[in-house]
This record gives sequence, C-alpha cells and structure tokens, in this order.
Amino acid sequence: MIAIPFDSSQVMQGIASIAPEAILVCTAITVLMADLFLAEDGKWLLCWLSLAGVLAALGEVYLLGSSRIVGFSGMITSDGFGMFFSTVVLSACALVLLMATGWSERAGTQKGEFYSLILMSTTGMLIMAKGTDLMTIFLGLETLSIPIYVLVGFQRSRMTAIEGALKYFLLGAFGAAFMLYGMALIYAATGTTKIPVLVYMSVGGGMAGSSLFLAGMGLLLVGFAFKVSLFPFHMWTPDAYEGAPTLVTAFMSAAVKAAAFAALVRVAMLLFPGVSPAIGPVLWVLAVLTMTVGNISALGQNNVKRILAYSSIAHAGYIMVGLVAGDLLGSQAALFYLLVYAFMNIGAFGVLMLISQKEDDGYDIHNLRGIGFKYPVLGALLTLFLVSLAGIPPTGGFIGKFYLFSAAVKNGYIWLAILGVLNSAASIYYYLRIVVYMYFMTPEGEVVTPHTPPFGYALALCACAAVVLVLGMIPGAVLTMAEQSVLSLLM
Amino acid sequence: MMGPSAYLILSGILFAIGAIGVVARKNALIILMSVELMLNGVNVAFVAVGSYMGDPTGGIFAFMVMTVAAAEAAVGLSILIAIYRLKETIDITELSVLKW
Repeated sequence: MIAIPFDSSQVMQGIASIAPEAILVCTAITVLMADLFLAEDGKWLLCWLSLAGVLAALGEVYLLGSSRIVGFSGMITSDGFGMFFSTVVLSACALVLLMATGWSERAGTQKGEFYSLILMSTTGMLIMAKGTDLMTIFLGLETLSIPIYVLVGFQRSRMTAIEGALKYFLLGAFGAAFMLYGMALIYAATGTTKIPVLVYMSVGGGMAGSSLFLAGMGLLLVGFAFKVSLFPFHMWTPDAYEGAPTLVTAFMSAAVKAAAFAALVRVAMLLFPGVSPAIGPVLWVLAVLTMTVGNISALGQNNVKRILAYSSIAHAGYIMVGLVAGDLLGSQAALFYLLVYAFMNIGAFGVLMLISQKEDDGYDIHNLRGIGFKYPVLGALLTLFLVSLAGIPPTGGFIGKFYLFSAAVKNGYIWLAILGVLNSAASIYYYLRIVVYMYFMTPEGEVVTPHTPPFGYALALCACAAVVLVLGMIPGAVLTMAEQSVLSLLM
Repeated sequence: MMGPSAYLILSGILFAIGAIGVVARKNALIILMSVELMLNGVNVAFVAVGSYMGDPTGGIFAFMVMTVAAAEAAVGLSILIAIYRLKETIDITELSVLKW
C-alpha cells in the first residue's frame, strides 16, 4: 500500500482556483436555508442575498486576477480566459437577479429554490469556462444544464413551460450523451482527458490520422452544437425559450450560451488546429446554415420571445464565424461578441418583461402597438437593444459583428463574411418590425400599461444600455481584455 | 492480452441502440431510458479503455457519468410527472402546444 503524499500547498492552490464557485455554492445553500425561516412577505430578501453572493464571487474573480492557478492536478485552471467568461456569466447572473426584484413577485418565482437553482447553474457555467479536462467540462455542462431544465419548467401549471422543459431536457440529455461518447472516443484514442496533454499529442497533426480521435472530436462538436443551438441541433431553442419564464429565457440566452461557447472556444482554439483539414469545412457549413436558418425562421414569427429565440440561433452562427477564422482575432471577436450579446439580449428581454402583462399571449407583437410614443423611455431602450442586435452603429453589436466578419476576411473566408453580412441585413427586417409596431402601428383599443420597474430593475436596464452604448463607441479596453484572455489560453 | 476494441464495439452498439430509441420512440419515459442506455454505452467504453491502459481516469469518469445520470433521471422523471398531471399523457407526439 503506497501512502498518498499530502501536499497542503497543492490543496490550497486547488481551493483558490475554485474560490468564486465555492462562494456561489455557499450562497445557494444559504438561500435555501434562509427560505425556510423567512415569512412570505420577507422572501424579497432572498433575491438580494443571492445578488450579494454573485457580487462577492465577481469580486473574488478579480482578486484572483488573470494569473494562472492550476487546481486539482490540472482539472481546472483559473486564468485570463476563465476570468473573462466568469465576468460575462456573473454579470449576466447579477443583471437577471436585479431584474428578479421587480418580476418574481408577479411571476410566482419568489422562492428560495428559484434563486438557488440560478446560483447552482452559474456555478456550473464557471466550472465549464475554467475546465481544462474533458471531465470537468462535462461536469460543468451538467451542473449548468440540470438546474436550467428545472428553471425552464418552473411555472409548472403552464403547458408551454412544462412542454418546453421536456423538449429541452430530452434533447439536452441526448446532446450530452453525444458529447460524452466523443470524450470516451478521444480517451480511447489518446489515453488521456487532460486538454494540455491532448494539445501536446495533436499538435502538428499528430492525431489527424486517427479515425477514433477524429470521430471523438466530431461527436464532441455535436454535443457542443446542441448546447449552443447550432443548426441542425437547434430544434429545442424556440420551444424552451418561449416556454421558460422570461427571466430564465434572458438568463439562458446570455449566460448558458457564453459558458458553452467558452468551453467550445477553448477546445476549438487548442485542439481543432491539429485536425483542421477535417473539421474546418464542417465548422464553415455549420456557421452559414445556423445563421441562415435562424434568421429565416425568425422572419415569420409573431411572438416576440420566439423572434428573439430564433435570433439567438442566428447569433450563435455569427459567433461561429469567429471560430471558423480560427486565429487570435477571430476568437477575440467571438469573446467580445458574447459579452455584448449578454448585455443587449438581457436588456431586450428586460424591457419586454415590463411591457407584457402575462406569459404566452403577453408576448404577442401586437401588444407592442403604440408603446413607443406613450412610454418614450421604454420604447427608446428597446429600440437601442434591437438596433444593437441588428448590428447597426453606434452600438456594441455593430463593433462585435465588424470584428467577427473582418476576422473571416483576414483569414481568407470571403464568402463566409459575405453570407454573414447578408444574413445580418436580413435580420434587420425582423428587429425593425418590432420597432415599427412600437412606433407606427395604431393600437386596437387601449395601449397596454407597462409595469413600473423598481429601482434595481431600472438600474439593470440602464446598465445594459450603458454597456451596449459604451462598447459601441469605445470598445478598445474590452477588446484588449478579450485579446489578453485568448493569449492566456494559448500560453 | 486482447485490446479494448471488442468492448469499444459493444459500447458503440449500446450507444446506437440508445440513440435509435431516442429518435424512434414516442413515449417520453422510453426516450429517457434510451438516453440512460446511451450513457451506459459510454461507461463501457470508459471502463474498458481505463482498465486496458491501467489508468484510473476511465473508471473515475464512469462514476461521474453514473452520478450525473442519476441527477438527470431525477429531474427528467419529475418533469414527466408534471406533464402527466397536466395532460394525462407522456406521448411526445401529443405535445403540440408549441410547434416542434
């Protein structure tokens, strides 16, 4: 029997590398406990408690900084790349919790388990973004997904919610199984699941001849495609987005997408170069089809939540353009775009949540008639977010798309860039259609009265608008940050 | 010693049966069972490769997969119960409030 050596500095390093996650888990458990002791009219405290935990985790992320901390013998690495995505995910979570202050009461989600599940899911996202072992990425993915399945079906008396949850669950579990089989094949081909070792083995095309390894990478890509809703694995997205409570939809579209892309970018930047002749064209086709299918399906929809769901599929396609480009600029653009996308999409959903009176029918585009002139602030905010989603200057969405497509052009993917711009132009139609309904359609009967947002909610909306505008005019600092984090990945 | 290829083929067959079950079956409960079958196919591959290479990673991974599968089954079954209470069916072709 060999005694296992105990190295306390290693243990401390491991704990340091997961400190933000640890804070989130502790908060989640505290929220669950506090829920037991709070009276019904004191439940609002839970939301603020969760928010405090998220902000503490965000503080911890910045305390750790971008220095490289390898924890648990290479299972998880806290580096600049992890820091960037932790920031995106935690800000998205904080915004959603701020919005919950004015929303949970009327949506029936003012419960301990609701906030606890959001925090648990956020933990999974951080683990996924920081995982440097296929096992950690898988566990992060499941820690992220399982609470989201529950959150989608949270309002379980609504048929659409529970149906969306079932579809998301079945397809999500199906996709996870594919990803897992890919991991098993990669393990069979190489004998390791550690990404740095896999990079070492596949560098210079060392593994490109192994069909087992290629099949593994392909299945891994299928698994990721399910999570980030790439064509043809996007079937669940509109249903899950429409069925979920809108707050959860906002959270899913921003944070889940960012976390799944974080792991995908890590794998793509590090492992795909070794197998690029086989996988490059596949990514190209996926990117184009995803954009096109997302945009075309969005054209004919009348439910605003569904429009935004299809638009989120199209946006996954735009981000894939950065991965197809495959160089520093492409990944940097993808990171920047994910950050902007989180803020503009949460902002758009935030405004819609105020306008709609109830789930399902409340999100019909006809309910937006006449909102624009009667409630100028709400109208202007929604217009700003939609303009940014469409990629029109001076917004962050424009800068993000500009960098994505210029990365494609720089790497010789001219057609990809052209198709991307054409798609972007097509998407302007359905975004502006919403704006047209707000300003130029005369309402049938009364204009709906939006809810008055409490302070926290208004703050979150203002923060989204400010970030979208500031990134549209002075993107330099964030672009540098994105560049640094991709560089820290390649080191 | 025989290589793990026979076990890999077995795992591939299990995975394929599961995948076909997910696509072809209409009862959500059977689909859930098929997903579990896919996961167990994966487990066979992990354990076989791990033991062939004398590497503990494969076995550890299989344990993680089992844990996750249990958690997934718990959530999946509760979603099924919730849907049965509303519709008195778990046939996925009857779930058409939202377009597929």
